[in-house]
Amino acid sequence: MIGSVIAGIASSAVRLATPYLYAAIGETIGQLSGVLNLGVDGIMLMGAYVAFFIVLRTGSLSLGLISAAGIGAVLGLLMAFISVTLKAEQGISGIGLYIFGLGLSTLLFGMTVGHVQTIDGFPDLVIPGLSAIPVIGDIFFHHNILVYVAFALVPIAWFVLNRTPFGLKVRAAGQKPEAADSLGVNVERIRYMTVILGGTLSGVAGASLSIALLNTFQQNLTNGMGFIAVALVYFGGWRTSGVLLGALLFSTVNAIQVWLQVKGVNVPSDFALMMPYVVTILVLTAMAKRRVNTPAALNKPFERGES
Amino acid sequence: MVVAIGQRVETLEARGIVKRFPGVLANDHVDFDVRAGEIHALLGENGAGKSTLMKILYGLYRPDAGEILVNGAPVRFHSPLDAIRRGIGMVHQHFMLVPTFTVAENVALGLPSSRRVVLDLDRVSARIEELARLYGLHVDPSAEVRQLSVGEQQRVEILKVLYRGASLLILDEPTAVLTPQEVNELFQILRQMVDDGHGIIFISHKLHEVIGLSDRVTVLRDGRVVDTVPTAEATKEGLARLMVGREVLFRVDRPPVEQGDVRLAVEGLWAEGDAGLDALRGVDLEVRAGEILGLAGVSGNGQRELAEVIAGLRRPSRGRVMIDGRDVTGASPARLLDHGLSYIPEERMVDGTVGEFSVEENLILKDHHHPPYAHGIFLNFTRIAEESDRLIKDFDIKTPSRKTLVKSLSGGNIQKLILARELSRNPRVLVAAQPTRGLDVSATEYVHRRLIEQRGKGCAILLISEDLDEILNLADRIAVIYEGEIMGVVEREGVEVETLGLMMAGVRPDAVPAQGKGVVTEEQGDSAPKGNQKT
Ligand SMILES: Nc1ncnc2c1ncn2[C@@H]1O[C@H](COP(=O)(O)OP(=O)(O)OP(=O)(O)O)[C@@H](O)[C@H]1O
Ligand SMILES: [Mg+2]
Repeated sequence: MIGSVIAGIASSAVRLATPYLYAAIGETIGQLSGVLNLGVDGIMLMGAYVAFFIVLRTGSLSLGLISAAGIGAVLGLLMAFISVTLKAEQGISGIGLYIFGLGLSTLLFGMTVGHVQTIDGFPDLVIPGLSAIPVIGDIFFHHNILVYVAFALVPIAWFVLNRTPFGLKVRAAGQKPEAADSLGVNVERIRYMTVILGGTLSGVAGASLSIALLNTFQQNLTNGMGFIAVALVYFGGWRTSGVLLGALLFSTVNAIQVWLQVKGVNVPSDFALMMPYVVTILVLTAMAKRRVNTPAALNKPFERGES
Repeated sequence: MVVAIGQRVETLEARGIVKRFPGVLANDHVDFDVRAGEIHALLGENGAGKSTLMKILYGLYRPDAGEILVNGAPVRFHSPLDAIRRGIGMVHQHFMLVPTFTVAENVALGLPSSRRVVLDLDRVSARIEELARLYGLHVDPSAEVRQLSVGEQQRVEILKVLYRGASLLILDEPTAVLTPQEVNELFQILRQMVDDGHGIIFISHKLHEVIGLSDRVTVLRDGRVVDTVPTAEATKEGLARLMVGREVLFRVDRPPVEQGDVRLAVEGLWAEGDAGLDALRGVDLEVRAGEILGLAGVSGNGQRELAEVIAGLRRPSRGRVMIDGRDVTGASPARLLDHGLSYIPEERMVDGTVGEFSVEENLILKDHHHPPYAHGIFLNFTRIAEESDRLIKDFDIKTPSRKTLVKSLSGGNIQKLILARELSRNPRVLVAAQPTRGLDVSATEYVHRRLIEQRGKGCAILLISEDLDEILNLADRIAVIYEGEIMGVVEREGVEVETLGLMMAGVRPDAVPAQGKGVVTEEQGDSAPKGNQKT
């Protein structure tokens, strides 16, 4: 009995971690190259809306997903242009992007859909064999495809960042752009690539909410998840494994909170809703001292000093 | 597997190069050339335009006019990549290494991998070791760069260049941060590279290095070439005159000064270094008013930690720091300023200035909150402007204006700015760490005069320097530090260089045979090195 409760909570924690993983992995790559994008939440909202709208109109899940990725890439390009080419203050431009995404998705939703509807999202893809393993199978192998891809993304991102020439350039651009530049690495191009990639993944993160996890859209669907994703990057110390750990911790606390509420356990609901955030802040504070991995050039536009 | 992407350079030539920055003509129709198999030295005062010219040859800056020729054919560099492909490599004045990367990662950065999309760090490391053996550039490819000493980091820079198959090397002040021993090692490596047919451009402010190493010398002054001469025909005095446009004295007069009470004392000081090991192990020192105490020693023996503890930037694990008899151990830098302490840090780019601030703001950085710069909570901009202009003139800081951002000044001029600020505060106690590192001959002469002047005003000066000539020129007494311990304190008069050398290698003077107290020998003064004034 208690076992199945734990398995249930764990399974929904794995599911809930999905949007955080996409968004936070994308943000990690961007920050490692030196760009802080605080607009993640806005991009997620646009991705969520576009995916939902396309699926509602065409019924094609893959088209919805691709569109969400596409709008994410476009918004990433916009962020890159503002922060890399125009060298605007990154924090401010990110907040601007968030407000833009929030406003535009609300407006478009009002114009094109208007009221809350549901769609048929990505179905669960039960992995043959593995899903039969007791407990483990229930926790990990009864999910939709976007969940599997999100978890696969973690080692892939690790590999790209740490084992490829591209990853080396990304990390150099964020640690010491002058050094990269002096070896002929085009720092601005690298940053464009990472920010567009981050935007794309944020778009997918939004889609994972609207067409896989919740199968609906409403105003401000993400409710600040994009900001949590940014926090997870710091939490994870700019390591993909750390981000995975943080996302799972956060989603587990969230899953427990949901379970408590469903069970009608007598906790004030506001308090329950606060829990994941409180835990995040506590852990972030506790880890504040271990900032060895911080990209030294984070938030600093690169200039060669030549006029 | 050799990653020689660079082509072979027989000649590299710059013709009529012009480069302007806002308010400065950094290069004014410069002609310069270097051939395979020679070392061509480039000399010039701080801000003469040496680094700028090199950055143009390396494709980092684009010239406003003029052309670059490789093997006689005109080329156009849009980025350093173009220069690297042509076989040109550069070791920068301020190192271009990613501190969190390993040596191999720093070398591999920006290069295609032999395994295409997957890094080949194992092969890179093997090749690094091969090159290291060939040229005696020993360094562990898997070590993280931030854990390496400055000398090792420089080897990594040279390896980066060699790895790319460069046949022409630009070395911008490579010796400024090296110990004398490391300089010798570097010179051996450079000579070997020249024998292998490499061409080398070598920048240094140390004339004896230029004379000892190079085949030809070009002197720049205010962005213009003054002359190019074969080194065999050059003398130290002649080169200095070309550089500065007047005679340069390589020594200063040190008038006798009445010494006062002990101003600065450290007692039984222990402190940890960055790596957590004991960098200071029971240091005792005293400096009196009107005295310069020279602290000699090979760098990395605790000098930096000692300076930082005194300046309130590092907490000692044991012991005391006293100023005017008052215990100031662990006091904040702000309180130490009030006690009249001035500090010229060794890492001037990191610790001494705010690059994003203007020259003027950096000059008043430490005194902005009291008169004459402030009236209550308001800044007095007229006075700030006047004082800044005066300091810029007095210290000959080359800057287009007092509003220029410090990060765009040349290396030597940033150093002058710190000196101007610290010395103009009329300190009671001055800690000067490597104060003339990276300075040209006339600026060095000037700084030496200012230090002597402060001594005359009764300031207690702790002069930390690796340059024995500098210490012998200025100090009243000399302490030698080795592995965090003071090997002894000797009077400057009559001390033998050999004795100091032994102490720097960890031998205590009482262990040196036939020496009395104070290590005074019979032939007082005669044994002092050349270029040293008898007082
Ligand atoms: N990026 C830049 N922006 C503006 N001015 C610059 C820039 N780089 C150099 N300058 C100016 O150009 C002049 C030449 O500087 P440069 O760095 O070439 O001197 P240098 O000969 O290398 O001096 P040092 O011996 O002090 O290193 C200086 O006046 C400097 O202030
Ligand atoms: Mg220079």
